[in-house]
Amino acid sequence: MNGPSAAQVGPAGSMSEQGAERVRAIVEATYRAESRRVLATFIRLLGDFDLAEEALHDAFAAAVDQWPRHGVPNSPRAWLVSAGRFKAIDAIRRRARFDASLSEIAHQIETASEGGAEPDDKAVQDDHLRLIFTCCHPALSPEAQVALTLREVCGLTTEAIARAFLASPSTLAQRIVRAKAKIRDAGIPYAVPGAADLPERLESVLRVIYLVFNEGYSPSSGQAVTRHDLSAEAIRLGTLLIELLPEPEAVGLLALMLLNESRRLARTSASGDLVLLDEQDRSLWNRKQIAKGISLVERALASRRFGPYTLQAAISAVHAEAASGAATDWPQIAGLYDVLARVMRSPVVELNRAVAIAMRDGPEAGLALIDAILARGELTDYSFAHAARADLCRRLGRHAQARLAYQQALTLTRQEPERRFLKRRLGELPVQ
Amino acid sequence: MKYLCLAYEQEETLNALTPSEWESLRAETLSYVETLRESGRLVATEALQSARSASKLQVRNGKLSVTDGPFAETKEQLGGFFLIEAKDFNEAIQVASKWPSARLGTIEVRPIEPALRPERRYG
Repeated sequence: MNGPSAAQVGPAGSMSEQGAERVRAIVEATYRAESRRVLATFIRLLGDFDLAEEALHDAFAAAVDQWPRHGVPNSPRAWLVSAGRFKAIDAIRRRARFDASLSEIAHQIETASEGGAEPDDKAVQDDHLRLIFTCCHPALSPEAQVALTLREVCGLTTEAIARAFLASPSTLAQRIVRAKAKIRDAGIPYAVPGAADLPERLESVLRVIYLVFNEGYSPSSGQAVTRHDLSAEAIRLGTLLIELLPEPEAVGLLALMLLNESRRLARTSASGDLVLLDEQDRSLWNRKQIAKGISLVERALASRRFGPYTLQAAISAVHAEAASGAATDWPQIAGLYDVLARVMRSPVVELNRAVAIAMRDGPEAGLALIDAILARGELTDYSFAHAARADLCRRLGRHAQARLAYQQALTLTRQEPERRFLKRRLGELPVQ
Repeated sequence: MKYLCLAYEQEETLNALTPSEWESLRAETLSYVETLRESGRLVATEALQSARSASKLQVRNGKLSVTDGPFAETKEQLGGFFLIEAKDFNEAIQVASKWPSARLGTIEVRPIEPALRPERRYG
């Protein structure tokens, strides 16, 4: 175990009340900054999520006990890893009296960690990345990936995750317990995928992060237009990911989230209603997030290995650069949608492309594209498709058709602010 | 001829057994496995972990996709298998019907195709 740094406090036991208070604050700050990384290392060393949680708890309990008396160690993270590992070996030994197979495990952990007793920064970073890839393993259900990532990587409590997803804490807890059991029982490895698997596995990590962001940015149900806590968590995750693994699409996703997030304040009116991009007060946009987002988009585009997240971020950046709705560079946006529709076949992308083309070439051109998508039987249950169609009909003066389409959109959305928006638009149509 | 016997059961049903009911089912199964082995009929048998630990994978257009297996406690899931040698289908049915979990779930008996046919997969 690491020696304490004598510089921090005087002889043992002589610490002042004020000094003890300061050390407690250091322990708390260390917990916030390091607990997830230390947990990730414990999972590798102990091969089990639950043992790792216990070891994490024991390590911080030891810190609370010992740092005030012996001083804060030079490397808190290494100290915590050693302390937790010794406690875990002890605990496994105690249980080994009842189960012989555990004594072998205790021995393995002890010998595996001999030599390089303190994991270096690189090893700890790798552990953190292992944790992310394991929590987002595609063999787990998408809901389980999201819950496990928020719990283990972000350190959110089960209650907080349950609140965010409007699920009961017991449902959420069970989902997490089952996911951990599957990782253990099916032998899902605690590993960063090799180069051959990386693109597909990264896709699954990015999907989880974007899902968390979108649940915060446009919750699938409920009263609020946005839930800031989840979006902020997703941005933290995205930032962490590009520190650990600066792949272009990960950079692109972070850019996309920052650019969308920059409009959060402008996106909701004082009465809690949704404000469309076109009508937003652009002075409310967060310029710092926009600048960061744009520089990330440029970085991802320069790699020439970008994909759908980077392209969506680039579209968002074009909007961010326009001084007003009318000044938007629609030809550039329509062009980016052309490329996006080629790399990602999705009717929702086609819908957005149709809207951009309507802005570039006029409502008639966009309406023909939307009608073609609906005629294929796609997006018929998607409220935004009908709302977009209604808007183009309105601009063409086809009020009866617009009315029908707004009504169709209304029957398809459960989101309160969106419902109010659609009703307002319906009310604004001239009576015939 | 070889037959693969697939034992399906609802996990809910097995979980509802009392410890002594489970112990007797387990003992009976192990003893039947022994009987089959001694008679030379058993080629292989294994019990599977819960379908909760299962994953499904597909490769389409060269792209691998892995997903969490759909799992429902109240639906029958594959729980284990035994591969046997029998003189004909009737004998295979006979052997499979004595598999203890047949009383709780369903055993699917599938004749083994000796070799993949050159002309088409299913004749």
